[in-house]
Amino acid sequence: MFRQANWNEPLIFNLGRSGRRGHIPPKAEEEIVKSVGDVDALIPEKMRRKNKPRLPELSEAEVMRHFLHLSEMNYGVDSGLYPLGSCTMKYNPKVNETLANLEKVNMLSPYQEESTVQGILEILYKLEQLLAEITGTHEVCLQPAAGAHGEFLGTLLMRAYHKFNGESEKRCEIIVPDSAHGTNPASAAMAGFNVVVVPSDDDGCMSLGALKAVVSERTAGLMITNPNTLGIFERNIDEIARIIHEAGGLLYYDGANLNPLLCKVRPGDMGFDIVHINIHKTFGTPHGGGGPGAGPVGVSEELAKFLPVPRIVFDGKKYRLDYDRPYSIGKIRGFYGNVAVLLRAYAYILSLGVEGLKEVAEVSVLNANYLMKRLKGVRGLTLPYNSEKPRKHECVFSAKTLKRETGVSALNIAKRLLDYGLHPPTIYFPLIVEEALMIEPTEAFEKEELDRFYDALKKICEEEAYKNPEIVLNAPHNTTIPRLDEVKASHPRTMALSWRMYLKKLGRGSSNPYM
Amino acid sequence: MKTLNRRAHPYIPNSLPEVKEEMMREIGIKNIEELYSDVPQKYRLKKPLNLPEAMSEYEVKRHVETLLSKNKTYADMPIFLGAGCWPHYVPAVVREIVQRSEFLTSYTSYQPEISQGMLQALFEYQSMICELTGMDVANCSMYDWASALGEAARMAARVTGRKEVLIPKIIHPERALTLQVYCEPAGIDIKKVGYDGETGQLDLGDLRKKISRETAAVFIENPSYLGFIEAQVDEVAQEAHTHGALYIVGVDPTSLGVIRPPGDYAADIVVGEAQPLGNFMNFGGPLLGIMACRDDTDLIRQMPGRIIGMTTTVDGSREGFCMALQTREQHIRREKATSNICSNEALCAIASAVYMALLGPEGMRELGETIIYKANYAMKLLSKIDGVKAPVFSSTHFKEFTVNFDESGLSVKEINKRLLRRQIHGGKDISKEFPELGETALYCVTEIHSKSEIDRLAEALEEILAKR
Repeated sequence: MFRQANWNEPLIFNLGRSGRRGHIPPKAEEEIVKSVGDVDALIPEKMRRKNKPRLPELSEAEVMRHFLHLSEMNYGVDSGLYPLGSCTMKYNPKVNETLANLEKVNMLSPYQEESTVQGILEILYKLEQLLAEITGTHEVCLQPAAGAHGEFLGTLLMRAYHKFNGESEKRCEIIVPDSAHGTNPASAAMAGFNVVVVPSDDDGCMSLGALKAVVSERTAGLMITNPNTLGIFERNIDEIARIIHEAGGLLYYDGANLNPLLCKVRPGDMGFDIVHINIHKTFGTPHGGGGPGAGPVGVSEELAKFLPVPRIVFDGKKYRLDYDRPYSIGKIRGFYGNVAVLLRAYAYILSLGVEGLKEVAEVSVLNANYLMKRLKGVRGLTLPYNSEKPRKHECVFSAKTLKRETGVSALNIAKRLLDYGLHPPTIYFPLIVEEALMIEPTEAFEKEELDRFYDALKKICEEEAYKNPEIVLNAPHNTTIPRLDEVKASHPRTMALSWRMYLKKLGRGSSNPYM
Repeated sequence: MKTLNRRAHPYIPNSLPEVKEEMMREIGIKNIEELYSDVPQKYRLKKPLNLPEAMSEYEVKRHVETLLSKNKTYADMPIFLGAGCWPHYVPAVVREIVQRSEFLTSYTSYQPEISQGMLQALFEYQSMICELTGMDVANCSMYDWASALGEAARMAARVTGRKEVLIPKIIHPERALTLQVYCEPAGIDIKKVGYDGETGQLDLGDLRKKISRETAAVFIENPSYLGFIEAQVDEVAQEAHTHGALYIVGVDPTSLGVIRPPGDYAADIVVGEAQPLGNFMNFGGPLLGIMACRDDTDLIRQMPGRIIGMTTTVDGSREGFCMALQTREQHIRREKATSNICSNEALCAIASAVYMALLGPEGMRELGETIIYKANYAMKLLSKIDGVKAPVFSSTHFKEFTVNFDESGLSVKEINKRLLRRQIHGGKDISKEFPELGETALYCVTEIHSKSEIDRLAEALEEILAKR
């Protein structure tokens, strides 16, 4: 059985010895030192640092070993199945890492004279073209650093559009379905909009009746994923687009679930005005334990003038950065985007090509439906919202029955899956499914690994939950550490968000509050 | 090349026809198209998209390398550019660690028991940022300094219930623009505080004129965008706090081995750019936004982004790490969240953690000293050239400084063109950003610039200006 490494690795502050060194930065040349004189005299007395920062003091080998140990106590998509719903955890091709680690990218300053950066500008320009073709949009902007950052840009574009039309005061509402990702309402609110939530119908799609009831002249736009977070294609997208556009609103496509549509269906063709793409999901760039990702945004011709500056332009000979965009919303970050991430996506698209991308979409759907079909027979699990309908990239099961019958919840299942060396699905999302297990296998795993997941889940539910629930309720057993008390991490008495806060809390009471 | 598509693709194990057949049989379909039967025909693509055919791994590598070979980097010629994205040496251990597949290919640590490595490393990043800045709490990353500043301003507005932020006139214009874009929807006004023409230091008189009971926060940068050290940090703190405003300080952390940390001068929130701590420039991204604050519940509860906290196992037998205060975040609080941020720059934070651990307190001090030596040497050398004033301001400069060419009669643009012909990349032209400073460029010198490169720059400038 799986057993994760457990090095019992101390905090780095508890390692090393005073005076040890892990790295020596270059020294200023003797003549420079002589010429400049006493460095301390250069800094005004009151601005000199008096107390050294309490950073660890370790040799290079100790630093290497410490972080190597930590890496061994972590699970990545290279370790095994990672079926987090709506996260599209697919394989991250290694040649893309090789390319992203070239000096010709790493050592480029964003402010270099254009003639010295033609290569990278060409790659970024071409990537914009490829993404525009894939999404069916007019122009793509690479600036957003993540999906949610793309959403923020998208909602700012809605704001700019309505302001341009003299309607910014009036159009203060953004509509989202109740199955939406949390970032959608959060992004809408950040851009100053009120959020209106529309319920799903029995088929798991947006209720048209409910949509019609909330659409008005206050509607700035609608944010939706398609397929939605249940993995179901919004069959009424045609009608939804018509309703929103007739009301004068804009249609926003949350690209988190774009994977199953690659080279099959394009958001732009479905009437979407603004589309964001999660590069770190659909285009196979590594998620890095939380980031960096990239969240390019594609827009219709009408909205292109509002995109952030600079835009990359090509005059047939030279690539240039164009800041002269009078209607631009401005900037949402420094420079041009997460270039090293975008470069990987460019290589990914070339490696798959037009047929390969279509294959990605189809196999991601095949894998999800295969797992769904097999899991439908598992005791204790149910498939809410029209169980006969095919899903796209993901399927959402409910462990409601299992919980009622055995006390084993979706959370317990997730923790027990860890013991089998499998990453669990997303749990308790979407919010409209009780005890939700949201499973997205992606195209990147072989049937044998999907079967291993099925076998484990079946065993957990049918054998363990019904016959030996304790083993599930007390899971995980084989991970680096057993079940953690997540409430304690946020409780004012025990909250320690840094080493110094931890020491402060320890010093306050006579007993260790953490033990 | 076409035949490649008919074989199983290396990234798609189940693209093998017989596996597909087996799986379709299990599902009870004959064709994958049946799984798309609910997608209206009118939206189905009828012909292939205009995208390239697949290339082999070797072809992709050659293709991308060929394109990239058109770039000229710091390895090809001395480049004196900084302005928010800085050239520094990245120790070999850093790359080794961030390429560890278990870190690189993991998702956000939603399941802490199987992600202790990532969580502990991020906790250590937060802790080391706290030690360096003198703050108590840091989150585990924002996108970059500019967006972190935008979020900090909104955070200050929520904490104080006020809608006005004061920023220095000497600020990176793109950072100011980003701040503006973040603040506008929240109804936050931004006002600029002037500077002393001689020293560049914040004009305290102007600050006193503009600060009021409406002020949510006062922001300063240290070192400033134009490279000098702001020395009136205590006076600004007092002004801000007397008026009940928060004090936000933006930092370049490479300065903090030698320069007083903001925690030492009563900063409430610290933002900044940690890219130079172990991350390459990569043409401007990914970067690593710092976000830190004091141990104050009102501040912590309004902080955006992921924060890793220490906890114990349920049985209390061991300490461990997990995400803390998730109720601030979008996946729980939705439209009431402190921010919409979800994916951040976690792996860049790991790189910075490794970097800070490698350098330690002595290394950070030495790094700061080397930079300040080299930058000051460059200033001294350039200022000797007829027609050059370096720096424009009389304050102490850290790693960037202004070079004014007004007396030479040549524009920065022209000078940079001539430098480039000599295989040297001059500083950033800021004549449009700060017209009042005339023909001025912003130069950056770090530990990677050698004396001979600086000397070459001075010689080239001398030659160019002699020929005018």
